[in-house]
Amino acid sequence: MRLSEVLRIAWEGISRNKLRALLTMLGVIIGVAAVIIMIAISAGTEATIAENIQNLGTNLLFVTQGMGVQMVSRTAGMNSNFLSYDDAKAITDSISGISGVVVERNITELVKYGSNSIDGVSVVGTTPSYPQVRDVEQGSGRFITQKDIDVSAKVVVLGYSTAQTLFGDADPIGEKIYVGDVKLTVVGVMAEKGVVGNTDYDERVYIPLTLVFDKFTFSPFARVQGNMVGTILVQVADLDNMDKVITQIQILLAKRHETTVADLPFTVRTQEDIIATQESTTAAFRDLLAWVAAVSLVVGGIGIMNIMLVSVTERTREIGIRQATGATPGDIRGQFLTEALLLSLTGGLIGVIAGVGGSWLFYKLGDMRTEVLPNSILLAFISAAVVGIFFGFYPANKASQLDPIEALRHE
Amino acid sequence: MSEETIIDIDQITKIYQMGHVHVTALDGISLSVQTGEFLAIMGPSGSGKSTLMNILGCLDRPTSGTYLLAGEDVSQMNREQLARIRNQKIGFIFQSYNLLTQATALQNVLMPIVYRRNGHISNKDRQELARQVLTSVGLNDREQHKPTEMSGGQQQRVAIARALVNSPALILADEPTGNLDSHSGLEIMEILQNLHAQGRSIVMITHDARNAEFAGRVIHLKDGKISEDNNHIVSPTRIATGGTK
Repeated sequence: MRLSEVLRIAWEGISRNKLRALLTMLGVIIGVAAVIIMIAISAGTEATIAENIQNLGTNLLFVTQGMGVQMVSRTAGMNSNFLSYDDAKAITDSISGISGVVVERNITELVKYGSNSIDGVSVVGTTPSYPQVRDVEQGSGRFITQKDIDVSAKVVVLGYSTAQTLFGDADPIGEKIYVGDVKLTVVGVMAEKGVVGNTDYDERVYIPLTLVFDKFTFSPFARVQGNMVGTILVQVADLDNMDKVITQIQILLAKRHETTVADLPFTVRTQEDIIATQESTTAAFRDLLAWVAAVSLVVGGIGIMNIMLVSVTERTREIGIRQATGATPGDIRGQFLTEALLLSLTGGLIGVIAGVGGSWLFYKLGDMRTEVLPNSILLAFISAAVVGIFFGFYPANKASQLDPIEALRHE
Repeated sequence: MSEETIIDIDQITKIYQMGHVHVTALDGISLSVQTGEFLAIMGPSGSGKSTLMNILGCLDRPTSGTYLLAGEDVSQMNREQLARIRNQKIGFIFQSYNLLTQATALQNVLMPIVYRRNGHISNKDRQELARQVLTSVGLNDREQHKPTEMSGGQQQRVAIARALVNSPALILADEPTGNLDSHSGLEIMEILQNLHAQGRSIVMITHDARNAEFAGRVIHLKDGKISEDNNHIVSPTRIATGGTK
């Protein structure tokens, strides 16, 4: 029997019941789409992580407030468990083998120049080493200096696109803008850097860290919050010294906050640790999708098996007629197997389209980077084919073993 | 065995097991049919004529005995071999036509060619062949019609075309006029008579004595045995075991 004949007969079998065929394919469609989306998300995440490592380097240490400590300390009215700007200064002064320390404290404000205003701008209170440690180039003017920090100068440095939005092509340097209610003088503009991870560097604006303490901290909280900082970034000069520097920082902070290293209310993590955390969250999501994919494919396969069994019963007489005119058990088995395969592959094709579309939707709506890999489409197709053959075999075999006399008598 | 003998069965029995009871449907039948004969098998229901038909049509195997179809022993063949024999050597005509209802007349006639294994036929030649056969039964204008759009007589003629398309050695007709009015039935019998005149070997089951008149030879079955054989073509030497009265 020729392949074209086999395909034609199988296609006729399916097209007799189009809606039923579509419903049967649904499980496979969902399974295949999930496989493609899952792989697209993990590929997108991996690409993002790879870029982050490239952009930030691996020689950064993040000193952050430990979880849960803040609230306890705040209600107790104690200040000793907060990470402070003084801690950063102490790290700069007494730890060897580091090439830069940056403190960041982020707030969100409305930024305004003349009639142009941008709401919800990420305002970063920081220190002079920021461009070096964060690897952002100065575009024009200057960055925040130690002197700005010391006197809490009313200056601001703009990110590239923020400067564009507020000033267009005009030179912003020397102009005065409002950040919240505070009037600041623009002293510099950063070069274009783009988006790294979830951060758009070009939309940020930078002010001296001490200015955040003085002008942007709600006064009733000022007493408790004081010069509290969120994160201290430490750039280590030599990668091999990473562990040594971590230990030194931990000992220093323990001493300063009158506690032990074990009870330290801060964590000192490397860039890799943070990436690992990011990865584990996406991995959890990915695993979930992998399960959805596997379960859908199995359910889809059972659906195909079910409908093929119904089909064999419905078409018993047809099977008998074909047997009488010379169809061998192999011909009959091949016909129903091809039908199951055609169902699962058509489902697979629709699933691929849904998967590619779904990946795009995740990117657009879910703000999740996705990359559809050609191999994932291949994998999805193979999975669909395996499901079709595996779950189609039993009904097809059942059809091939029908007794021609019984089958011809079937009504 | 001479090539003149199309069917040669010897001491065929068929025993069905129903629970603990053995039912003997065929009780040691021996029969020989010459090429070109038109044989009618008659008998009351339960006489075993359907069972004999199934065995002659290679749809079933005898419990014991041998069956030579055109010189080839088919009594011990497996399902696949039997399917090939049915495809190449046997054309069926059923009482209820047994056409695929969703396929056109032409597609129905093409079906035995699809399952053919001996010799490749191009798609164009297949269509040509099927059309020729449809024309020979007077249905050249009905090839794109589905069975539901045709009368019973037309449907049975499609079935005859299907039976003929692979040029089988033997045509088996099981009550071919059973579902037809007398006029259509007569048409069908005339087609069979023409085929016989062209030298085809035909075995027909019927309980209609008028149909049996078209056949050159009539066999009566009773209780799984041949009770009567008006064989005027061959000497009844081999029939003796069948129990001629």
